[in-house]
Amino acid sequence: MNFTLNEKAVDVDVPDDTPLLWVLRDELGLTGTKYGCGIAQCGACTVHVDGQARRSCVTPISTLDGAYVTTIEGLAISSGLAEGELHPIQSAWIEAQAPQCGYCQSGQIMQAAALLGESPEPTDEEITAGMAGNMCRCMAYVRIRKAIKLAAASQSEGNR
Amino acid sequence: MTRHSNLSMTRRWFLAVAGAGVTTGVLTGPATALAPVGQTLGDGYHPTVWYAIAGDGKITMHIHMAEMGQHVGTALSRIIAEELEADWDDVAFVHVDTDPKWGYMITGGSWSVNHNFIAFSRAGAAGRMALIDAGAKEMGVPVEECTARDSKVIHGDQSISYGELVTRDTVDRQFSTEELETITLKPASERRLLNRDTVARDVPGKVNGSAIYGIDRKIDDMVYARPVMPPVRFGSSVASWDDTAAKEIPGYIQTVEINDPTDTCQGWLVAVAESWTAASKAVDALNVTWEGGTGRETSEADLLAEGERLVDDDAAGSLFMLEGEPDGVFDSAEIVHEGLYRTHTVLHMQLEPGNALVWQDGDTWRVHAGNQWQSLTLPLVAKALEIDEANLVFETSYLGGGFGRRLFCDFVVPAALTAKAIGRPVKMVMARPDDAQFDCARSPTVQKVRSVTDESGKILAYDHACAAGWPTAPIAPGFLAEGINGGKVDPFAISGADHWYAAEAMRVRTVKNEKVHETFLPGNLRSVAPGYTLWAVETHIDEVANSLGQDPVAFRRSLLDAEGRNAGEAPHAVGGAARLREVLDRVVENSGWEKRGELPEGTGMGISVTAGQERAMPTWIATVAQVRVDRDTGEVTLENIWASIDAGTLAHPDGALAQVEGALLWGASMAIHEGTEIENGLPRDQNLDTYTPMRMHQVPELDIDFVTNDHMPVGLGEPGVIGVAPAIGNAIFHATGARLRTIPIRPQDILRALEA
Repeated sequence: MNFTLNEKAVDVDVPDDTPLLWVLRDELGLTGTKYGCGIAQCGACTVHVDGQARRSCVTPISTLDGAYVTTIEGLAISSGLAEGELHPIQSAWIEAQAPQCGYCQSGQIMQAAALLGESPEPTDEEITAGMAGNMCRCMAYVRIRKAIKLAAASQSEGNR
Repeated sequence: MTRHSNLSMTRRWFLAVAGAGVTTGVLTGPATALAPVGQTLGDGYHPTVWYAIAGDGKITMHIHMAEMGQHVGTALSRIIAEELEADWDDVAFVHVDTDPKWGYMITGGSWSVNHNFIAFSRAGAAGRMALIDAGAKEMGVPVEECTARDSKVIHGDQSISYGELVTRDTVDRQFSTEELETITLKPASERRLLNRDTVARDVPGKVNGSAIYGIDRKIDDMVYARPVMPPVRFGSSVASWDDTAAKEIPGYIQTVEINDPTDTCQGWLVAVAESWTAASKAVDALNVTWEGGTGRETSEADLLAEGERLVDDDAAGSLFMLEGEPDGVFDSAEIVHEGLYRTHTVLHMQLEPGNALVWQDGDTWRVHAGNQWQSLTLPLVAKALEIDEANLVFETSYLGGGFGRRLFCDFVVPAALTAKAIGRPVKMVMARPDDAQFDCARSPTVQKVRSVTDESGKILAYDHACAAGWPTAPIAPGFLAEGINGGKVDPFAISGADHWYAAEAMRVRTVKNEKVHETFLPGNLRSVAPGYTLWAVETHIDEVANSLGQDPVAFRRSLLDAEGRNAGEAPHAVGGAARLREVLDRVVENSGWEKRGELPEGTGMGISVTAGQERAMPTWIATVAQVRVDRDTGEVTLENIWASIDAGTLAHPDGALAQVEGALLWGASMAIHEGTEIENGLPRDQNLDTYTPMRMHQVPELDIDFVTNDHMPVGLGEPGVIGVAPAIGNAIFHATGARLRTIPIRPQDILRALEA
């Protein structure tokens, strides 16, 4: 199976029904994407496939031939930033001090990136709707919302 | 295909952001904590085991508490750095392994800052004293004329840095335990870090995928495993198993039958494969039959019925507290206020499921797994492996949620036994339903509270009986306490019932519900006993206020006289119930309580005052909830929570705020969103499709107010949870007149209560 992962071509040889999540974590060593529920309910495994947020725990690898996959590790470089730099959403996450245990935060950030891609200045209702599929068991929701708003504000500033 | 499709996150944007002074994009040096794997302790001068100062001036703190979202390394490092007079930019920290030199290792109870405050402050002060001595000698000036500040020893216009002193090898003083105990800490007016804000050092690694949790580690020759769960927690054994179908799965290696000397795993198999997906498929493909199993027909209703029987049986259980002679008052009272309060089973659902990586490294066995109570788990795993405890090391990692689930790390045992059986490193990961099924859930509880007042509302007698599973009994019986009249009590099953309201006579009885213990292993869950005892106390007090025709705030205030047992004592509870009065007054002001009569129809406000986690470490909190109730559907919308909090000195104020934000929402989630029931001996809800903690769209407005003072720091991870459920229940009563006595509160319960 050939696809592009974080700007690099990859080739993996695993059974067709293997979920992308486990290919990322166990075959390709990218452990930033997390396992939480296995049934697309918690959002901890969220990545981008062709620019759209997807739950990697229920995405069979067979559906990804030729796809363009971005994980938390590649969010910055996929946006044209250099290795080691932070994506503005990640910077906003730090500014808001959003993570507590942090386990769900890769998924939250990837979901937020997709949301801001579709809706650069989301309303509260759009944030609520866009993020409802991502559970945070620490319940850091107040700061996740704050971080999204900070990212949106910096985005509109950057585009002005 | 559009590669960046809708994502307009451009380099131009990034530069604009960085230029606008928002947090910079690249974090290096002191702004980050090291990833928790492969760390090394600090080198250089170390006045105690807790930190070292290197010749380059870098100060490395050694953190023996687990990082599970509370930013504990930042908070504890602030405490040391404060007395050390360290420049915060010089400070880094590492999380340590289980070397016995770190002493007893447990991260729970909201204890970390409180329990380590004195020792870490003294450790910091010891270093400062030694460095000032050395600096004075180096500068040739009298020691009493020197001060320390920003990692330097200062005398008039001259100074010498800590790093320079270490480089010159002029400081080597070590402090004994006895010497440390004689150290006097600096006055609070001299503090420069505590109660002042900073950013958490663990955050950067948690936004770029680099933070390493238990589930993330990989080592050479490692194989993957998933357990086959027995039908119930206790008493089953494998009668037969057949892996013919599993052998067809590519990557499947073998299945291991777990024979566990500790009896933690009863009737377990573990499937091993070259990948976790293959192991997981193998579990599904195995054909297994079991014999036995206790509680296979037990339901939640059975457990609650037993609880009701126990609270009605005065001879059952032991006394946790007794003051005066309540029975005489009850016998002669014309009116006895009485309520029966119930709470249902609650699951942890920490997002990182149970997992462990275990391997043998020469004579040493190593474990990589998130762990809140190393000093409990290490002996358990050593016993399972039948090895000496000295030959077992737990390495450290971040925890993808603790919430009490990782206190008893039972899930390490099957991983260790599988690694031993096959002679290879094993990473065992439980699928979510495995984790839920094996959870050390919060026990369902039944509580009966009775009280007698005079006409003014003064409490003449108060009696609280609680039947629950006792988390401490099965896993750490040595930590049970003596009951007042004999027998044992588990403080972690009853704490909080011994509230701070004045009562002339008072009794608290706690009963172990054995039927719970036959069915599953009841555990500690964020807020532990106060998470349910205060549901009973604060609902009951509200009921009494209502029946006396008093305002719930005025009634509570009248009971907070801060006299006798409620006067408080130094250092942890200075001021006693007077500090509850203060937070009560503040939350009344902040919430607009006095105008609650003007709220729209169907909207109400409720209040609670709580002092978790325990009387020896009270965090004073008053909470107001505002709800809107739909009388036709019974749906509750939680609109606002206000909380005023006095937690003494804050080691890391923004971290404290984050803990309270999460804790308030946890309290709300347990009150109206989550909770499960036992069916056939297992939790009915085993994944996040039907087990439903609060989501973004259910989050109310939060208004959090901290009292600022210099008192002893207490706990913050859990206390915010406690008062929310009763505040919500009391708000529903205010909104509708429906009195709820069971959590979680479901719409049908409200409809039923409205009919009553």
